[in-house]
Amino acid sequence: MPTEPNTGARTVAAQTIAVAMSGGVDSSTVAAMLRAEGHNVVGLTMQLWNQRRLAGHEGMPEQVQGRCCSIDDVYDARRVAEDLGIPYYVVNHEERFERDVVRPFIDEYLSGRTPIPCSLCNNHLKFDQLLLTARQIGADLLATGHYARCEFDAARNRWLLRRAADPAKDQTYFLFGLTQEQLSRTLFPLGHMNKPQVRELAREHHLALAEKPDSQEICFVPGGDYKRFIDAYLAEQGESLPDTSGELVTADGKVLGHHEGVHNFTVGQRKGLGVATGSPLYVINLNGAEGKVTVGGNDDLLSRTLIAHKLNWISIDGLHAPGADANAPTPGDSIKPVTANAPVRVTAKIRHRHEPAPAVLEPAPNGEVRVTFDQPQRAITPGQAVVFYDGDVVVGGGWIAEVPNSLKCVDVAG
Amino acid sequence: MRRVYLDNNATTPLLPEVFEAMRPFYLEQFGNASSIHHHGQHARAAVEKARASVAALLNSRPAEIVFTSGGTEADNLGIFGLVQRGDHVITSTIEHSAVMNSCKRLEQMGCEVTFVPVNSRGEIGPDDVRGALRPNTRLISVMMANNETGVIQPVEEIGSIAQEADVFFHTDAVQAAGKITIDVQKIACDALTISGHKIHAPQGTGALFIKKGTLIQPQIYGGSHERQRRAGTENVPGIVGLGKAAEIAKHWLESGGAAVMSAMRDRLQDSILSAMEDVGVNGLGAPRVPNTTNLWFDHIEGEALVIALDLKGLAVSSGAACSSGAIEPSHVLLAMGLPHQRARASIRLSLGKQTTREDIDFAIKVIPETVARLREISPAYQKQPVC
Repeated sequence: MPTEPNTGARTVAAQTIAVAMSGGVDSSTVAAMLRAEGHNVVGLTMQLWNQRRLAGHEGMPEQVQGRCCSIDDVYDARRVAEDLGIPYYVVNHEERFERDVVRPFIDEYLSGRTPIPCSLCNNHLKFDQLLLTARQIGADLLATGHYARCEFDAARNRWLLRRAADPAKDQTYFLFGLTQEQLSRTLFPLGHMNKPQVRELAREHHLALAEKPDSQEICFVPGGDYKRFIDAYLAEQGESLPDTSGELVTADGKVLGHHEGVHNFTVGQRKGLGVATGSPLYVINLNGAEGKVTVGGNDDLLSRTLIAHKLNWISIDGLHAPGADANAPTPGDSIKPVTANAPVRVTAKIRHRHEPAPAVLEPAPNGEVRVTFDQPQRAITPGQAVVFYDGDVVVGGGWIAEVPNSLKCVDVAG
Repeated sequence: MRRVYLDNNATTPLLPEVFEAMRPFYLEQFGNASSIHHHGQHARAAVEKARASVAALLNSRPAEIVFTSGGTEADNLGIFGLVQRGDHVITSTIEHSAVMNSCKRLEQMGCEVTFVPVNSRGEIGPDDVRGALRPNTRLISVMMANNETGVIQPVEEIGSIAQEADVFFHTDAVQAAGKITIDVQKIACDALTISGHKIHAPQGTGALFIKKGTLIQPQIYGGSHERQRRAGTENVPGIVGLGKAAEIAKHWLESGGAAVMSAMRDRLQDSILSAMEDVGVNGLGAPRVPNTTNLWFDHIEGEALVIALDLKGLAVSSGAACSSGAIEPSHVLLAMGLPHQRARASIRLSLGKQTTREDIDFAIKVIPETVARLREISPAYQKQPVC
C-alpha cells in the first residue's frame, strides 16, 4: 500500500471507505474530504449508550445533557451525510459498550484506579466492533476524525502510528491499543492538519456544523459527575455500591479522618479531602481492597518508576530481555534508535495532558514492563495508560498497574 | 442502482390508482366535510363512500368505522376508550408498540395488565388468554397478524372467549388487512384497527372498527366529527385514499391475489433456505400472512446484513428501530424464545402488491451472497484487542 510519510496521510485508490461519524466537525470533515476525493463513502454512527436510561435515577438529571449518542448529534451526522449524498447508518453497539467500557470504568474506580474510557472505547468499539461492521458492509477501510497519523513503514514491515502534526490536538495517547491489523485498515485523514485548518475545510465543504464546539467530557457521563453516574448505574442494576470507605491516612500511618469510598478520589487530587492541615495535602495512593486513601505533600507524589501491564506494541514487535538472540529475525531489529532489545530508551506519556518524558523500558515478570523515568514524574496514576514514543512514532503502550519503590504499592487485583 | 423494496410491513408505496383518486381532493374539491354548502357536501359524500369501502373490506356496517390518523391512534382509541382505572386487561407479549406501550401506560394509570406468552412458532394460545381472565377483566387486545413474523393469531377463538366472558375484544389488524380476509362478524371483536399506509394508502390514515352499541370514550375532544367518537376535521384526501385502497384490497383478495403472493413469498424463502446452511424461518409451521417471511442466519448480525443489503439496493428490516435509527433486537422473536444472538441475526422480508418476479429474483441472488460475505469475515476476524 503506498504511503506518504511526510503528510502522514495514506493515499488510497478510490474504494469504499466507512467513516465513523459522531456528528462533530472533525468526522464530518473527514467524510467530506473522502467524498471529494472520489471514494464511496458510507457514514456510520455507533449507538453506544441510551442517555435516557439513567435520567432521573439517584440524582441524575431528568433532562439529559450528555453528548454521547444524543439524538441531536445523530441528526447532525445524518444531515451531513444527506448534504454529501452518502449513505448513513446508525449501528447499535450498546451491549458491547456496556460490557467493555461502562462496566470496567466503574470497576476501575471502585478498585482505586482512574480509568480512561476513551481508550477502551477505541480498542473495543471503534477499531474492533465498528471496523468489523465496516468490513461486513463492504468497506475496505475505516476512517475517523482522530488527530493521529498512520502509515506503513516498508523498512520495518510494520504499520506505524505517529503523533499528529498539531501537538496540541494529538490523540495517539488514546490509540496505543491498535493492532497491526487494525492500523492496516484505518485512515486518519486529519493527522496532518490543525483544528483551524479543519474548520476551514469544513466551511469550504459548506458543512452546516463547521462552527460546532468541540466535545470534551466523558460522553456517557452527563455533566462529568462520574460518582453520581456510578450510583445511578449500580442502582439500576439492582446492585449496591461496594463499601470502599475507610481511613484517610498519611504515609507514616497517621489517621487524619474518614472517607466515603475510594472512587471519590484520584491520585494527585488536592481539593475535597475533608481534612485541614497546615501544608497542602494531596492524594498519593488509593487502596480499594483496604479502603485506604493515603495523603501526603507534593513531593510524595513524585516517582520515577511504574509497572505497566496489558502491553501493545506498534513500531516494534515486543520487548526482549537483554541478551536475547540478537539475530532473531524480528521486524523491530532494524529500528534506530529504538531496538526491540531492552533496555529501550523512549519518551513516555502518563496522562493525556503530560509532556512525554525520557524513560527506559525493561521487561518485568509476567509480561509486564518496568518504566524508569530519568526524572521523577508527578502523580503517576494507576488505571491510566502509559504510551511510549520514539520521537513522534508510537512504540507501544500499556496500562499503569502499579507505582513501586514508593509507598504507592497498589493492589492490582480486580 | 436497481432498488428493490421488500419492507412492505413497514410501509407500502401508494398505488397509482389510489393517488389518482385522492388528487382532486387536494385541488378543486377542497371542501370541509362538515360544511353545508356544495363544497362540503361533495367532501362528505366522498368520506362516506370511503367509509362504505372500508366497512366492506371488514364486513362491518359503515357507521361502525371511525377514521383516525393511523393505526397507532386507532389502537389508542380502542384501548383507552374501553378501559377504566381498576380494570384488568389481557394482551400479548408480541404486540406492536402501539398496543404494548398503551398497555404499559394503563398499568401506570392504575389498571392491571396480563401479557400472555407465545409458543416457539409465535402463536398466542387461546387457553392462555382464557386462563388469564379475572372478574375485573374489561378488555382483551390481541393482534390479528404479527408485524415481524406474519404469524396469524387465533382471533376467532379469542373472540368467542371474550364473548363468553362478556369482555371487550380489540384486535390490531394492521398487518392482516389487505393480506387475508377480515370478517368482524366471525372474529366477534368489539374493536379492530387498520392502517392506511400498510395497504398502499397514504401515511397518516387509519380506521377503527367499533361494533355498534359499544360505548367508547373519545380520546380526542373537539367537534362532533365521526359520530362524536373522534373530533377533528376529516383528512378528506387521505380518507378517500384509504377507501380506494380498501376497494382494491377487497378485489385483490377475492380474485386470488393472496395465493399468488404467498407463492412468490415461498419461492423467495425456499430459494434462500436451499442456497445456504444455518438458516431458518421464524414462525415456520404457523399460519402466516402471504407477504411476510422472517429468516434467521446464524453467525451474522442482522444489523450489518440490513445495511449491506441496502448498499446493494435491497431494502429489508431487522428488529425495531430506536429513536436514533439504531436497531434493537426484536421483542417478538425474544418472546418466541429465540436466543439473543439469533434474534439479532434475523431479518424480515415483506412483499407488496408492487413486488415483481424480478424483485424476488434479485433478492434470491443478493441475500445468499451477502450472508456468505458476512460469514466469511466474522470468524476470520477473531483478533482480540489487547486492552
